[in-house]
Amino acid sequence: MTGWFNVILQGVLIGGLYAMFAAGLSLIFGVMRLVNIAHGDLIVLAAYIALMATTSLGLDPLTSLIIVVPAMALIGYALQRGLLNRTLGDDLLPPLLVTFGLSIIIQNGLLELFTADSRKLQAGAIEVQTLQVMQGVWVGALPFIQFVVAVAVIAGLQQLFYRTALGRAFRATSDDQAVAQLMGLDTRHVFAMAMALSLAIVAIAGVFLAVRANFDPSIGPARLIFGFEAVIIGGLGSMWGTLAGGVILGVAQAIGAQIDPGWQLLAGHIAFLVILAVRPQGLFPKVSG
Amino acid sequence: MSEHRVEHATRSSQVGVALIAVTLIALALAPFWGDRQTLRLLAEVYAFVALASLWNLLAGYAGLVSVGQQAFVGLGGYLLFALVIMFDVHPVLAIFIAGPVAAIIAIPVAALTFRLRGAYFAIGTWVVAEVFRLLASQVSVLGGGSGISLPAAAVIAMAPTRQAREFAIYWLALALAVIVLVAIVVLLRSRHGLALTAIRDNETAAQSNGIGVVRIKYIVYVLVAFGTAMIGALIFLQKLRISPDTAFSVNDWTAFVIFITVIGGIGRIEGPIIGTIIFFVMRQTLSDLGSMYLLIMGAVAIVVMLWAPKGVWGLIVERYGWQALPLQRRLVLKDKSRPDA
Repeated sequence: MTGWFNVILQGVLIGGLYAMFAAGLSLIFGVMRLVNIAHGDLIVLAAYIALMATTSLGLDPLTSLIIVVPAMALIGYALQRGLLNRTLGDDLLPPLLVTFGLSIIIQNGLLELFTADSRKLQAGAIEVQTLQVMQGVWVGALPFIQFVVAVAVIAGLQQLFYRTALGRAFRATSDDQAVAQLMGLDTRHVFAMAMALSLAIVAIAGVFLAVRANFDPSIGPARLIFGFEAVIIGGLGSMWGTLAGGVILGVAQAIGAQIDPGWQLLAGHIAFLVILAVRPQGLFPKVSG
Repeated sequence: MSEHRVEHATRSSQVGVALIAVTLIALALAPFWGDRQTLRLLAEVYAFVALASLWNLLAGYAGLVSVGQQAFVGLGGYLLFALVIMFDVHPVLAIFIAGPVAAIIAIPVAALTFRLRGAYFAIGTWVVAEVFRLLASQVSVLGGGSGISLPAAAVIAMAPTRQAREFAIYWLALALAVIVLVAIVVLLRSRHGLALTAIRDNETAAQSNGIGVVRIKYIVYVLVAFGTAMIGALIFLQKLRISPDTAFSVNDWTAFVIFITVIGGIGRIEGPIIGTIIFFVMRQTLSDLGSMYLLIMGAVAIVVMLWAPKGVWGLIVERYGWQALPLQRRLVLKDKSRPDA
């Protein structure tokens, strides 16, 4: 009994990471209806920036966030201003194909720079520390911190969306771009801020990913798929739904892995397809896509 | 009331068809003038022309931007290996069975993925391809995760000598590519084609004119799966070996195909052909660069998408108004003074 409880608990904790993958994706879709195919590769890019920060400056991975988060936010702002804003419009193809091209460019650029070797960030003693939850069930300190951070990120986004001027600008452009512009909002700037915020979350997710497991330039697309599945399971446009989606995906994968290691990813995909079949609007939908 | 008729052909399309006919004859005779390397390269070119043309039909005309067509390439390949290894089917026959089987499998896949719209549909198709890849690696009869080779007996059954086999695969590749292209031309010239072109130009307007947009998209998705799986089966018959990672590779069967179509000209039948030629010229000259080459392809595709969204062929059409195949419809009012032509 504690065995299964343990499996589910670990799944919930990894779900926090998936929710962070998903939150950035969901945010930019909500604001500008853009689906960023390069999202997963940007997560990996963040992991490599953290790797450089830790090796060259001798920083601890979690401290490296001070550098990685602003760096990724800056990349996001520039990317949106310089490239992605040009692709937005009624036609679906340009944003999709440009971000797809970007994904290939990032993957192969990282391959050129860092080779295909697996890397990992070393977090030191904290990696092996555990907390006892109950008799026979232990939780690693890092997964626990990761989950708490994920909840904080989602709560922070929720606050930002409904309590700040920037959030109001996001909601306004999301509702009607033309009217938002008439009210004096510079939508190009608003979109760029949304992408900057999205990549700031990507930075946090990337660092936790890099501490948790090995990474190499090719693992981006799978992270995109996890994030996407969490968004759809949770329901489009709902931030807390995204967290629920991440947790469901994490638990499904953990249960699958427990049954047969080969079934870990498959179980996650199947959970997604079942939700798509029986409840295509997701569990907690807010807007229709 | 004036009499009228609809014409497809223009002078450029007449020249185009004549040129294509001459080229086809030359290509069909390639085993007599080309060496083994050339034949292999050309067969690969045909496979990419067919894959890109099918993706173009899906994304360029029906507006179904899939990044998961590797699902059907891999499915076709695995169906071929399964039929040959488990049921002793002749490899060539297996190609023609793989098509309809994949089409049947595509029906429930479409039912699921069509619930997602736009860009989310794209990623949904990718998930399906991942599921296929993971399932394929669970089938131990077909080598599981590490893959399997085609049994020597089945290879020899195709043709006794290596040369005869290579010729057979070459002609098969050429024939399949021609069949796929002809099928697409026939489809586009039919009334469904007119509907598809309308959907390409403006989906909402097409719907308001009474076109059953969803039904046509459904049909196109299933037909494209049919063709894609046959090409997939052929590709892996040529390779003689299959594994989940090569069969369901997003780079090989989707990234390249998308770049080919975008660079050549999406939404036009000539686009994928021009794109494939450009792609192979780039590959032959840049392949020493390794991963830099993919990086350049990605950058070229982005530049084309942003500054010449209709691709190379689109630029030619705008400049000269050419069309290589008679697909355009022009209304011709009959001249009374001339006898009926």
